[in-house]
Amino acid sequence: MESNKEKKSLTARLASSEAFLSVAASLICILIGLALGVVVLAIINPAHAFKDGLLVILQSGLKSPRNMGTVLANAAPLIMTGLSVGFAFKTGLFNIGAAGQYTVGAFGALYCALVLHLPWYLCLLVAMIFGALWGAIPGIFKAYLNINEVITAIMFNWIGLYMVNDIMYGKGKSPMYDLATTKTYSLRKAAPESMIPSCGMSDMFGKLQSVTIAIFIAVFLALVVYIVLNKTTFGYELRACGFNKNAAQYAGINDKRNIILSMTIAGALAGVGAGLYYLSTVAEWNPQVSTALPAIGFNGISAALLACSNPIGTIFSSLFISYITVGGTKLSTQYYTKEIADVITALIIYLCAFSLLFKNKIRAVLAGKTRNINVGKGGDA
Amino acid sequence: MFLLLKYTLLYTVVLMLVALGGMFSERSGIINIALEGIMVIGGLMGVIAIQLLPQGASAATIVLVSVLAAALAGMLYAALLAFASINLNADQTIGGTALNMLATALAMVIAKGFNGSASAKLDYSNRAFIYEIGPLTVNVFLFIGIAILILSYVILYKTRLGLRLRACGEHPQAADSVGINVYKMRYIGVLFSGILGGIGGMAYIIPSVSSWNFEVGVSGAGFLALAVMIFGQWKPFRIFFAAVFFALFKSLANIASSIPMMAALGWTQNMYNMIPFIASMVILAFTSKKSRAPKAEGVPYDKGSR
Repeated sequence: MESNKEKKSLTARLASSEAFLSVAASLICILIGLALGVVVLAIINPAHAFKDGLLVILQSGLKSPRNMGTVLANAAPLIMTGLSVGFAFKTGLFNIGAAGQYTVGAFGALYCALVLHLPWYLCLLVAMIFGALWGAIPGIFKAYLNINEVITAIMFNWIGLYMVNDIMYGKGKSPMYDLATTKTYSLRKAAPESMIPSCGMSDMFGKLQSVTIAIFIAVFLALVVYIVLNKTTFGYELRACGFNKNAAQYAGINDKRNIILSMTIAGALAGVGAGLYYLSTVAEWNPQVSTALPAIGFNGISAALLACSNPIGTIFSSLFISYITVGGTKLSTQYYTKEIADVITALIIYLCAFSLLFKNKIRAVLAGKTRNINVGKGGDA
Repeated sequence: MFLLLKYTLLYTVVLMLVALGGMFSERSGIINIALEGIMVIGGLMGVIAIQLLPQGASAATIVLVSVLAAALAGMLYAALLAFASINLNADQTIGGTALNMLATALAMVIAKGFNGSASAKLDYSNRAFIYEIGPLTVNVFLFIGIAILILSYVILYKTRLGLRLRACGEHPQAADSVGINVYKMRYIGVLFSGILGGIGGMAYIIPSVSSWNFEVGVSGAGFLALAVMIFGQWKPFRIFFAAVFFALFKSLANIASSIPMMAALGWTQNMYNMIPFIASMVILAFTSKKSRAPKAEGVPYDKGSR
């Protein structure tokens, strides 16, 4: 895309920079999403829409060290599911199964912690393997039977959820299930040796125990994914399959192997996300709620879309989503409910679905020609 | 036994309605993954309509008004999918996923706002919808469902509209070349799916209980309907049989513990819930080579491409 043979003005250079256009398009999605959010707030309670609504959502995340800690603790797993979805996107697959892989990964982590009492890094490893297995299934179905990965992943999301709930609950007799809280046992009491170490992080954030080095692990893995995708032959092959499967095949790339591998890696990333969440004791698993897949899995789709599947961008989009979600929980229940933040996120994602349109608009405006815009088909989702 | 029949009928109608909705959309070429969200919005508006009607309203009025409200709400919500995927060429699965996420959040905000409290639970009376036929309790959606099933078959296979709709899902360029407006046909397909999805959402929520907590949405029923549609190979009557099969297991999940013979098996609710999903994967694996999926589904229509 970047042909710098001739000297160009700044705007022309920006117009031809994919990175700039992606960031600008995402920012536009966010701004419109927030504006629509204000409209929703105003419909519910016009008098308080700005001061008690929008400002609370936008400021609470930074108000206290504890709030900042909550943002970080929730962002870490979100980065992982975001990476999971984004990685699959880059290779031309839609991993809607992150929620299921996350669920199965959570089981792996909690089983190793609560039953086997393994150290945290082994628990995390098992979470990764479990997630990878669950991710591989849609890959295999896609590669060998040509069944759309979205369909398989949706089915296996539910199969995974029911299975995990069944084992964790174990008719109330499972060693992982705490009858008193109707959730899995808290790691803080039952298996402190399996908790991800805090390394002083929790002291920094108002003694919030769930703030651990998880966020650093997530950021580190985001960098790894970035390097693998962009700087290695393996990553190049995967992306080539995503751009054009037939061309990749023609160039001698084994597309079947690559489809399975990229779904497996995507699953592994989602599994790690679950490990980071539950081994940091942000919450416990509730096997009785058999009707809902974990929201972090689906929010990973949001994080990836907002970041245009860029691994580094995913770090920031996850922090942003986590930030406004925490902001939503701080809304005064007198005026609003916390789900407003979810509405805003979902609106932003709806807008992201046609961010390509925004990109072309920005390009056109910058290039100074508003006519004859080539609204072509873009390769990146 | 009557309990099993009652639940199976209930779920059959729900899954069939929503899957038929999905069928119309996909037959026109638009993947509708947002069925779950459409059900939530339709169900919510149906419930709110019941609550807003005056106390003395007759059963027929209640049924008519609330079902229309659900259908209309579902249609409007589906229009968001149509707009994104037909007018703006957005990725259909992404748009649908966003609408699913939006639906649950929006439903909670609306339900809480309507309640004026921190609870997303709405109470309603479902007496207008239920009839006793001998020992069997059936609800009005059974009749609506049968009517819609027959109507769907007729529209899809015996009318000009149906032929055109199917053409747009198989080969939109060819359809366009003979003067069919592909965009219009696809809009019709998606809006149909919104109507059926909305009614289906209401059929899921209303008959069995008299209060619904919108925190759970419709607990995956929309995705199950998606599986029913594939299981039914995008054909109305096959969808009906697929719906019966899925509904049977979903009912068993609910009542197996109360049937002595079934309880003796020691299967948990989760296992029964899992079976339809596993079954559809097995069927998919065996039929993938001769799948009857509409050929052009998921591909935005671009007039210029060949």
